[in-house]
Amino acid sequence: MTSAHPPSAASAPAGPAPPPVPVADERLANISTAARLLRRPEIGALLAAIVVAIFFWTQNSLFFKLDGIANWTDVASTIGIPAVVVALLMIGGEFDLSAGVMTGSAGLMLGVLATEVGMSIWLAIVLTLAAATTVGFINGYMVMRTKLPSFIVTLATFFILQGVNLGVTKAITNQVTVSGIDTAAGYESANSIFGGSFWSPHDFRLSVLWWIAVTAIATWVLARTRVGNWIFGVGGDANAARNVGVPVMRVKIGLFMTTSFVCALTGIMVALRLASTQAGQGVGEEFQYIIAAVVGGCVLTGGFGSAIGAALGATIIGMAFIGIQFSGWNTDWRFLFLGVILLVAVLVNTYIRKRAEGARR
Amino acid sequence: MSATTNGAPLLEVRGVSKYFGNVVALKDISVSVGAGEVTCVLGDNGAGKSTFIKILSGVHRHDEGDLLVEGEETHFGSPREAKERGIATVFQDLATVPLMSIWRNFFLGSEPTKGSGPLKRIDVKTAQGIMRDELRKMGIDVRDPDQPVGTLSGGERQAVAIARAVYFGAKVLILDEPTSALGVKQSGVVLRYVAQARDRGLGVIFITHNPHHAYPVGDRFVILNRGRLLGDWRKREISRDELVKQMSGGAELDALEHELQRVLDTPVS
Repeated sequence: MTSAHPPSAASAPAGPAPPPVPVADERLANISTAARLLRRPEIGALLAAIVVAIFFWTQNSLFFKLDGIANWTDVASTIGIPAVVVALLMIGGEFDLSAGVMTGSAGLMLGVLATEVGMSIWLAIVLTLAAATTVGFINGYMVMRTKLPSFIVTLATFFILQGVNLGVTKAITNQVTVSGIDTAAGYESANSIFGGSFWSPHDFRLSVLWWIAVTAIATWVLARTRVGNWIFGVGGDANAARNVGVPVMRVKIGLFMTTSFVCALTGIMVALRLASTQAGQGVGEEFQYIIAAVVGGCVLTGGFGSAIGAALGATIIGMAFIGIQFSGWNTDWRFLFLGVILLVAVLVNTYIRKRAEGARR
Repeated sequence: MSATTNGAPLLEVRGVSKYFGNVVALKDISVSVGAGEVTCVLGDNGAGKSTFIKILSGVHRHDEGDLLVEGEETHFGSPREAKERGIATVFQDLATVPLMSIWRNFFLGSEPTKGSGPLKRIDVKTAQGIMRDELRKMGIDVRDPDQPVGTLSGGERQAVAIARAVYFGAKVLILDEPTSALGVKQSGVVLRYVAQARDRGLGVIFITHNPHHAYPVGDRFVILNRGRLLGDWRKREISRDELVKQMSGGAELDALEHELQRVLDTPVS
């Protein structure tokens, strides 16, 4: 591949061609293990998670009893599953504001298909996931074709889905809820995979296992597969990636589809567990996913971040939501907490990254 | 002229023209580069350098004239086709992704894999090893393959892009203003990489607006002006001072006036 045939005498004019003596760059010499560690995107989230965990533990020792852990991992997992794929999308340089409402849309569609249409739960799940993936494709295709910011395109999708959720649900059920999903055929088996719990009497949610699985798969994809390399590439510099032959459009549309798919899966888990879905379900949660991803080290401009970081970000949010409850405070404070943790995370991450990269771009 | 096995230059254009609507972007340009040769294409802003690169790299199709790869007439349908024919273009700002590590950048789009099915994965060890070797050949010692490219200097970043193009089988390297954003010392470093690529038998087309950068490494010099060929010299035919003078106006000002008049008078097809 690199067979360098020597240039003929006629074609080798006088010119500066010194032998390639390796130039040891003195600025590279001192890469300590600490600097290497600091370069990891998720390091800030890990430290923050430890601080938050210790704080709530001192408030209420139940926090780290198995029952307590089952409580906050439950919350963390339903935020964490979508947050991990939202992180992938953000690393790929795009946003999906319709991610939150998509969980609601999926739950409602599942409910309507199972109760009003009378389908088996399994068929309803398959159709719901297919519909969600289609919405993801439309999101991605519109973003790529129009070259509009995904922020705007998916904001439109967000409101369209919200409108459909309310309108269709009311038109069909005359209520703002679809309930009775547990009466449909196949509910038990589906619930035992998506909605149920394990390890009684602590009752850890199955969604926790899904969360761990999604995080592991996403981490594997990012770190070790070609697609993962392409995701970093299209997010870091789409033109450079295109120039070296990365199929930018396919990668980005694929990310949008994956995001919608996984968000729908989360919506299905919630719907099965509760056996019902509210028409307003999921609205506003897209920001929690984004916060988790950003706390986990994702850069808003793309090209940098980690799936484990997003999972840690979700862990922090889950611990805070339940920790505030355990501590006996008014749960409204959780929003203030979210805002503060987001701000601190962005500041700390920016600082760490500048330090680790020598502040040069 | 240095030649490949069949006696033809690696890459050659003959009488190439390109029109955008009624704008004449390039008119009757003839340039060639052989193996182990550096052809410098000089020109000021608006001279048609970018259009020229885009024709060579397959982004634009030329409207008139011939494009020959190793003597064979060719039309590139896409940048990918040009790349498959061994013509690699390193764009100044679009060559690497700053936040990605060196080895990930090096193999972006062409990652070596091992395993199969769902376990198919990037062969990180191999990738890092190859990257290290290839950069060492260019005189760069990479200590930490996970270092983000953004922490490298501008010259080193160009080196990564050049080393990558060479490794992936480029025969002709087109460098778009590789030194324009760099300081004096860094420019020198990049010029050394250009010379190294040449010594490894590649044909290099070096696009620049700086005759001082072109002269030390170039074997041939071509000056573009307002889409036309102002001159074509071999190194022995022109001194550095003459090249600088040709670049910065002087004799060509008269010709320019003529040309302008002709462009304005000629009805464009």
